[in-house]
Amino acid sequence: MADSFLHLTDVKTHFPIHDGFLFKKQSGTVKAVDGVNLEIKRGEVLGLVGESGCGKSTLARTIMQLVPTTAGTVVLEGKNLTTGTADEIQDMRRDMQMVFQDPYASLNPRMTVFATLAEPLIVHGICKASEATEHVAELMETVGLASRFMQKYPHEFSGGQRQRIAIARALALKPKIIIADEPVSALDVSIQAQILNLLSELCRKMNLALLFIAHDLSVVKHISDRVAVMYLGRIVELGSAVDVIENPHHPYTRALVSAIPTPDPAAERNRQRIVLAGDPPSPINPPAGCAFHPRCQYAQDQCKATVPLLDKWKSREVACLRREEI
Amino acid sequence: MPLLSVKDLRTYFHTRSGVYRAVDGVSFDLERGETLGIVGESGSGKSVTCYSLMGLIPQPPGRIESGSAVFDGVDLLNCSPRQSRAIRGKRISMIFQDPMTSLNPYMRISDQLIEPLIIHEDISKKDAIKRGLEALESVGINDAEKRMHYYPHEFSGGMRQRVMIAMALITKPELLIADEPTTALDVTVQAQILELIKKMQQEIGMGVIFITHDLGVVSGLCDRVQVMYAGRVVESADTHSLFHDTKHPYTRALQRSIPALQEKGKKLFTIPGMPPDLSKPLAGCSFAARCEHATDLCRASDPQLSEIDATHSQACLRIQAGEI
Repeated sequence: MADSFLHLTDVKTHFPIHDGFLFKKQSGTVKAVDGVNLEIKRGEVLGLVGESGCGKSTLARTIMQLVPTTAGTVVLEGKNLTTGTADEIQDMRRDMQMVFQDPYASLNPRMTVFATLAEPLIVHGICKASEATEHVAELMETVGLASRFMQKYPHEFSGGQRQRIAIARALALKPKIIIADEPVSALDVSIQAQILNLLSELCRKMNLALLFIAHDLSVVKHISDRVAVMYLGRIVELGSAVDVIENPHHPYTRALVSAIPTPDPAAERNRQRIVLAGDPPSPINPPAGCAFHPRCQYAQDQCKATVPLLDKWKSREVACLRREEI
Repeated sequence: MPLLSVKDLRTYFHTRSGVYRAVDGVSFDLERGETLGIVGESGSGKSVTCYSLMGLIPQPPGRIESGSAVFDGVDLLNCSPRQSRAIRGKRISMIFQDPMTSLNPYMRISDQLIEPLIIHEDISKKDAIKRGLEALESVGINDAEKRMHYYPHEFSGGMRQRVMIAMALITKPELLIADEPTTALDVTVQAQILELIKKMQQEIGMGVIFITHDLGVVSGLCDRVQVMYAGRVVESADTHSLFHDTKHPYTRALQRSIPALQEKGKKLFTIPGMPPDLSKPLAGCSFAARCEHATDLCRASDPQLSEIDATHSQACLRIQAGEI
């Protein structure tokens, strides 16, 4: 089925907290991801935004099955990954690849570009070691690196070039979806633009789906078809990227949008910024009712008692009890 | 008289692979109460400029080759260690980029917070703690009395940056140098921190040098901006004219690469090529290799910063010649 390519149903990822050393007992749970429903279509770019600690990276790792799922299902092309055996998951990882935030930490400093890029090809039996050179050269050209740099080590490249290597590594197995966890946050503005161009071009050419995680809304708006806003383990708003960012409904999305600094001094001085007080609450002991209510300027008594559900409202999905009124 | 006057600062790094001209002739003035933004890509020399002022350049390999930085009659680059100690941390303070690594993990917040007071002022520990508490409250840390005895790892990134700001401002400095203080933070926390710096500046009336690579941050905060490229200032203007009457091709290119200003679905504008290798001698304009307007003259002769009007100056030969 083309439209339900990757399907997440009520996914929960909780981490137990243990006390004591010898006789460990569980003293609490970090509810990093707490009930996420999401689907990604083939060739679609879905942006995922939220503050640090809201669970966006954990969600990415859950999809990749890098952390065990507590509840719910992750279904890729009809196969349930949460119940798969190690072999099955290994096979499915061919279709799903990840690009990490920090290109300085995600590449092995002792492996040349060739070794880095040839490894997945050989592990997954795509080609013999003797034929790898050709494949690697092709991959490097795809991401805009000259293949003569094949025998160089990561430290010989700049941040933007390293991120290109990381993207080439993700592309090596010709995946159907790439999960990019803040791939441009560590880069300069001008380099950011290059990497964003590369990612959107690759998605178009190879009909790749992309889950693009970032905290910079202007970047997300540019690259994504749809955007999901996450707060404390749940999605609070989901809809078409331009729509959500230009006309946000959920109070949290509004605050996020108003926090983006704009490069226009006059507008910047005159506008009213919604400055959220404090930090996001702890996912160990989330507030009752709507998790956002302690920081929300519209919160009422009902918000403290009832957990709002994410469902369809107007052109998108919003999880806010007072969405009609505000 | 300006609060700080930097003239022809040159900081070079002497390494095995050559001499890197990280800062190569930077001059600027900062008035009391003014906010100056320094913008540029990684490696453009914006941090090294400020580290040179604070005497934080590791020597060797670094060396301040020439220049002066006069702060209230004292040349920071050529003064005795005693003079410099009396100024640094008291009259000039600095906040660093990464709040995760700039606090000492082995020291309680209270102890590191009052350290500048104990060193610079004749004050009892009890009074210092009291001042520290006030400082924490003024940067918006709730429950400060209890929390000031915590260790840094018990604080979130935004809170640690608040502690850094409280620590930098506890001696009521006349100049605050902020080196990308919000780069490592979320947008919402960034908004909080920027509001906080603005508020504290109004209260204390200090001058601020704000280093960033985000033009969006600059536009709301700074009175004046200077754009650096390859160790030099290429354009310097008041914030309004920098954004609305942009001159230098590099500044224009930087603005054009901001995703927020570009049409969705179109390819983002990028600056072709890479910044030059600062260890090789450069003939002509350092941006010429990446500039769409470059001519043979640009590649051959070295442009100097020249004034367009009293507040706006830039270093592009073709604009100076009136060609673009």
